[in-house]
Amino acid sequence: MKAIKTENLTKFYGKSRGITHVNLSLDEGDFFGFIGPNGAGKSTTIRTLLGLISPTKGSGQVLGKDIVKDRIEILSQVGYLPSEAVFYNGMRVGDILTYSAKLHKTDCKDEAKKLCERLELDTSRRVDELSLGNRKKVGIVCALQHKPKLYILDEPTSGLDPLMQREFYELLTERNKEGATVFLSSHVLSEIGRYCKHAAIIRDGEILVSDSVEKLGHTGVKRVTLQGAEDIPQIDGVKNVTHEKDSVSFLYSGNPKNLLSHLTNIAFTDFTVTDPDLDEVFMHYYGKEDN
Amino acid sequence: MTIFLHELKRSKISLLIWSCAIAFMLALCVFIYPEMKSQMDDISTMFADMGSFSAAFGMDKINFGTFIGFFGVECGEIMGLGGALFASIVGISALAKEEKEHTAEFLLTHPVSRERVLIEKLLAVFVQIIILNLISALVTVISMLAVGESADAEIMFLLFLSYFIMQIEVASITFGISAFIKGNGLGIGLGIAILLYFLNIVSNLTEDAKFLKYITPFGYTEGAEIISNSAIEMKYVAVGIGLMAAGIVVAFIKYRKKDIG
Repeated sequence: MKAIKTENLTKFYGKSRGITHVNLSLDEGDFFGFIGPNGAGKSTTIRTLLGLISPTKGSGQVLGKDIVKDRIEILSQVGYLPSEAVFYNGMRVGDILTYSAKLHKTDCKDEAKKLCERLELDTSRRVDELSLGNRKKVGIVCALQHKPKLYILDEPTSGLDPLMQREFYELLTERNKEGATVFLSSHVLSEIGRYCKHAAIIRDGEILVSDSVEKLGHTGVKRVTLQGAEDIPQIDGVKNVTHEKDSVSFLYSGNPKNLLSHLTNIAFTDFTVTDPDLDEVFMHYYGKEDN
Repeated sequence: MTIFLHELKRSKISLLIWSCAIAFMLALCVFIYPEMKSQMDDISTMFADMGSFSAAFGMDKINFGTFIGFFGVECGEIMGLGGALFASIVGISALAKEEKEHTAEFLLTHPVSRERVLIEKLLAVFVQIIILNLISALVTVISMLAVGESADAEIMFLLFLSYFIMQIEVASITFGISAFIKGNGLGIGLGIAILLYFLNIVSNLTEDAKFLKYITPFGYTEGAEIISNSAIEMKYVAVGIGLMAAGIVVAFIKYRKKDIG
């Protein structure tokens, strides 16, 4: 059974585009990153999967259940963290956690206590007095305390300090090892590269590529760095040129032989050719149409 | 009943303030009656001479010399308008406030059906109105005992019953509208309550506008009519129940499929 599967999932808000023909497939137990800048359609995809909005076309299943017909069954097994965690003003953190547990028809006081200790969250504080980061922590505990099968997390680390980000990913990794599936959206590519097994890149409401994080690095694009050089080869396929103190670096996509033959005409002392990191892969996919 | 209890807990302060304010005004009205009673003959004559102004407020058909006559108009205005404003606020904000404050996303990503949300929220609205009316009625009775005034129990019951049905109708209509709006609906809610109130005043001014009584729930809360007929005008109530049902059905149809932004 797939944890998430969508077929041509499409959402239009009136005439304006939300997402178009989104096809996603996640196995159970996966740690999946959903990459895209603001407005690309990440949240729309997530909100459609959770039944907050109805798809205009296409279909989707979460944990084998239909996203339109079986909303309640899906939500009972999902822990969701919204990008902006907002709660009822005036309520205390502890009351919010209890309310969320009651809506899930579970008693998860012990788990909530453990999570609050690990995230250093004071349950006696009123939610409207909390900083953005602490509100996020409340959202995290709400999403994790009932130990769901699937975690859907929208920009989970925004607002968290680096120490808390690490603690949060440790928690997720533990849950993932216990068999839960993690699906998170982010535009922080380094965390996707570090923690995720698979990732998909979305642009203008369409999935550009979906593959293992490892394979996404092999795009046919190479990062070439020439030490002691001042010039770059004047050939097609060179882009994203950066000059540093004693070196020049660029991305190259094209025939490697062609690059090598042009390199013989340039003076340099050393050179390295590496796979680009996820940031560069992202820019590669995003720059494709623009170039 | 988790959502229902949560709703009641969230609104307890507002309910307490509204109940106290309305009950205080009613008590004030009852307490000033003995003072006014001695001057009532003059006042009744004065009101009778004020023509359409008196008619607009139903004061032409009522005897101010009796407690029930005084209560039916003076206290009726407080209970009618005050109760309607309260009902419109709780009705319009039931669903809309979750979207305005962005808590709808929190609520609806838990395993609860939209229908359950609607039922429990509507129930919370009705229970708040029941509590407000019970407090108001109780304070009125205590105040009457305190000043030594009495009135026909059946007519008093009918007066309070009419205000209660009217508030349920206003709340149901605004609840239906609440399902459509995403922002702050307070202005819309209060506007509707006030509009319905003025429609009744207009309907009292001329026979041509009498049909408005079918539209506005204030048509069947007219103290003068209830006192003189010892009954609530059921033809207006029947239309009111229809509008009430329409508001609730519309809320269900809209909210079940609504995109939560």
